[in-house]
Amino acid sequence: MHEQPMLSVRNLEKQFGPGCRMCKNPIGRQLEKNYCPHCRTVYACQNISFDLFPGEILGIVGESGSGKSTLMQCLYFDEELTAGEASINISDLDGENVFTLSNQQKRYIRNHYFGMVYQNPMKGLKMDFSAIGNIAEKLIAAGGRNVAEMEVIGKTLLEKVHIPLFRMKEEPRRFSGGMQQRVQIAKALSNQAPVLFLDEVTTGLDLSVQASVLDLIKKIQRELGISMIVVSHDLAVIRMLADRTLVMLNGAVVEEGLTDQILEDPQSPYTQQLVYSLL
Amino acid sequence: MKTNHHFAFFDEGSKKEIRRAILKAVAIPGYQVPFSSREMPIARGWGTGGLQITLSIIGCEDVLKVIDQGSDESVNAVSIKKLVQTTTGVEVTDLTQEATIIQSRHRIPEVPLDSNQILVLQVPAPEPLRDVEAREYMTKILHSEEEYSGAWLQLFEQIMKFGRTTTGADHPVYVNHRYVMAPSPIPRFDNPKMHQSEALILLGAGREKKIYAVPPFTDVRSLAFDDYPFKVESFSGKQCRLCGTSDVFLDEVLAADTGEVSYQCNDTSYCMERLNQAEKAEVENNYA
Ligand SMILES: Nc1ncnc2c1ncn2[C@@H]1O[C@H](COP(=O)(O)OP(=O)(O)O)[C@@H](O)[C@H]1O
Ligand SMILES: [Mg+2]
Ligand SMILES: [Zn+2]
Repeated sequence: MHEQPMLSVRNLEKQFGPGCRMCKNPIGRQLEKNYCPHCRTVYACQNISFDLFPGEILGIVGESGSGKSTLMQCLYFDEELTAGEASINISDLDGENVFTLSNQQKRYIRNHYFGMVYQNPMKGLKMDFSAIGNIAEKLIAAGGRNVAEMEVIGKTLLEKVHIPLFRMKEEPRRFSGGMQQRVQIAKALSNQAPVLFLDEVTTGLDLSVQASVLDLIKKIQRELGISMIVVSHDLAVIRMLADRTLVMLNGAVVEEGLTDQILEDPQSPYTQQLVYSLL
Repeated sequence: MKTNHHFAFFDEGSKKEIRRAILKAVAIPGYQVPFSSREMPIARGWGTGGLQITLSIIGCEDVLKVIDQGSDESVNAVSIKKLVQTTTGVEVTDLTQEATIIQSRHRIPEVPLDSNQILVLQVPAPEPLRDVEAREYMTKILHSEEEYSGAWLQLFEQIMKFGRTTTGADHPVYVNHRYVMAPSPIPRFDNPKMHQSEALILLGAGREKKIYAVPPFTDVRSLAFDDYPFKVESFSGKQCRLCGTSDVFLDEVLAADTGEVSYQCNDTSYCMERLNQAEKAEVENNYA
């Protein structure tokens, strides 16, 4: 691919804790899984680099605790990262490390160029506001000040994610888990952001509901050509959606490549284990 | 009158500290300045925030008016007046135009205020974003980044549920094009009086320990979507049964015996003043 990436991430680090003399230097650092046994500092993301190309779905797979959600939250500016760079292919921001921008600029990027579907809908939705209000929130944040226009966009999106319009004024706390995820997806799509982060969107849903949400994501990706990062601990989900895949273990990327290649010919022992358990 | 108290109840140190908070509030219109709210001989939630401001700025020459929901006679207004009067000896009045300091709960007087007057509003809940964000450190960040989606979202929800915005009182305002502020539970009818007000407006929340301000001649705009313009309560076709005025904030009065509905001025001193003027005019006419 010679295209310019939509999003480039370089050497992203995120630790929880101050570190000690035993673990501060990444070379020769002896961690137990992802934390230092001496000072208990967690190295949740270690030296992570990748590119996300326009219109592609990039999968990130790894067991629970491998750092996937932390990575998503750093990219979406929910978490302050420890070190690293990212740039997005938006004309006036091209080449800038978005992590060094002011909070107001970060918020602007988040409101206009990013959409997020959280693993836990409680994080992504205001459970006591209406479904349509939750979608409007993102539009308002991006400058929307016309109720009728926002209502039209909200209704269109709710229909797209198969939420019956007669329920649009209900609060998501009264919805099933699958419906809540679909409201999150509608919200994430509302500002026509070119980049979408989806964190374990189908985890905890019934199998039949899982399938319909996955179909929906694929359909949206085909129709709108949005770049997506899809995170899951479930390789089956990644196989269905992702063109390319990163495999994470204990906070680090242990393998990356085309999803088909990884499935056919896994290189790292951990990926091999993942793939064989899928068969 | 001889009392054992300091002038205006507080020691000078306390007053200075509160005045410093006030100065900061004036310098950053609409920004909530924290202050160390003092214990007062009236219960918190009964106007201690406003009272502390009044006591810190009052001087011997001042003339004080205190109103509670438009009334100078309510128990609450009377006890605040009594406390200020016994500790300062200042003159009190019911006439808005005579007062130099007007402490009020839930109303801005009908008589336009001028640059020689200060309006002190009592505030129960100073944070306009509290219903959408419970954590204080988060609302501080939201203000600092001018991120007011939450305030707009609340209005959007009201429109979705009721077809219009339904904030009866305390409708949020944008102050000086920068900070979103709770104007205190004044009716929407009073919001426009804050815009380009000649008088300094100080707002005090005792329980929440916040002081904020609208300096004279500051832009104050009520939040409203493009297609749902801000509207004040309408009393069109209605008038005060006592003084006949129709362009003021009216209370509904239900006759106990007949159940008949009529209206009268919520601002009682305004109503009295109108009645007195009418009477005077009548007397002058009769003797002319
Ligand atoms: N706020 C936090 N404080 C300390 N450790 C955290 C915090 N958030 C996540 N972690 C740790 O970071 C690691 C990665 O977590 P997470 O990103 O949630 O993994 P995944 O999403 O892959 O399951 C885990 O070891 C987790 O315990
Ligand atoms: Mg996770
Ligand atoms: Zn350590």
